[in-house]
Amino acid sequence: MKIRGDVDMSTSPDVRGKIAEAFRQIDAGSKAVLIDLSQVRYMDSSGIATLVEAMQNCMKRSLRLRLVDLSPPVRDIFELARLSSVFEIYASLAEAEAGL
Amino acid sequence: MITVDNISKTYGNRKVLDGLCFSAEGRKITYVFGTSGGGKSTMLKILIGATAPDSGEVRYGDLDITALRGRSLDPYRKRIGVLFQNNALLNSLTVAENIALPIREHTALDQNIVHIMVKMKLELVGLRDFEDLYPEQLSGGMQKRVALARALALDPEVVYFDEPTSGLDPIIASVITKLIKDLNRLLGITCIVVTHAVHEAMKIADKIILLYRGKVLAEGTPQEIRESADPLVQQFITGSPDGPISFHASSKDFRDDLLVG
Repeated sequence: MKIRGDVDMSTSPDVRGKIAEAFRQIDAGSKAVLIDLSQVRYMDSSGIATLVEAMQNCMKRSLRLRLVDLSPPVRDIFELARLSSVFEIYASLAEAEAGL
Repeated sequence: MITVDNISKTYGNRKVLDGLCFSAEGRKITYVFGTSGGGKSTMLKILIGATAPDSGEVRYGDLDITALRGRSLDPYRKRIGVLFQNNALLNSLTVAENIALPIREHTALDQNIVHIMVKMKLELVGLRDFEDLYPEQLSGGMQKRVALARALALDPEVVYFDEPTSGLDPIIASVITKLIKDLNRLLGITCIVVTHAVHEAMKIADKIILLYRGKVLAEGTPQEIRESADPLVQQFITGSPDGPISFHASSKDFRDDLLVG
């Protein structure tokens, strides 16, 4: 799935809804959820918390969550929040799909 | 950018702020220091919208804060955090509940999202294992850090610090000062620090504003303040009891006060 635009306290509930919808559509044989963040220029702590919750849901279903193509400002936010080591982060969709 | 333009405030017959003017640049650390009763606290109350000045304006970008009242201040308050001198933590709530309070008050985020955000804020101040404790179960320094985590709850653009190291031992005071520096450097938060603590200001401030008798006595970088030839400024820096700044705050002559009343 792809997220677009700023993710802040007013928009993160919509992102959360989209992620929940994506989880409902996951096939039985799926191994991972890939979230493309290339079109996100700003993400606040509610946005990061939404991704952490997505990670929690993936772990419950034995799925992997991979974040793809973080813009430099969003990558900085992840590093500052010390979450770069919590998430699997890939530079491109091809890299994220490799090895699944 | 925060611009304070010709602010005055009088309590009774005492003019606490007298045409105060200064600006604080965004994403920088500005320290405001001065003597007790010099108008620092009143200035801070005006900056956070808790008190209106008698005259003058405070602008945050294009927003005139002094023109706003009541709920119309909410959008501004969502963009700022305040670390109060007494921490203002609610003792009946746990650490996590205290930090969650502004998020619950200003957003409709799901409880699980709020819970994760609280953990992230506590990680920022190094207290993630303490979320279920109550404030009174923590040391003064820990309470200060919890109060800081709460000030950061809504990802503010600006954090106002009121005497952040007052009453703390030197090590904890250094920890708090380093946290201020890190918040600015890592998160780009504009920090406005009101304090007596000259040495910490000299260490991390981008700009220092010296308040005296409700006006700006001097402003500049720590280096510029340090090198000032003004004896008033030098007395502030050295903390000497001897100098042009008297510890007597009374405006009336003592003899007149005793004999005439």
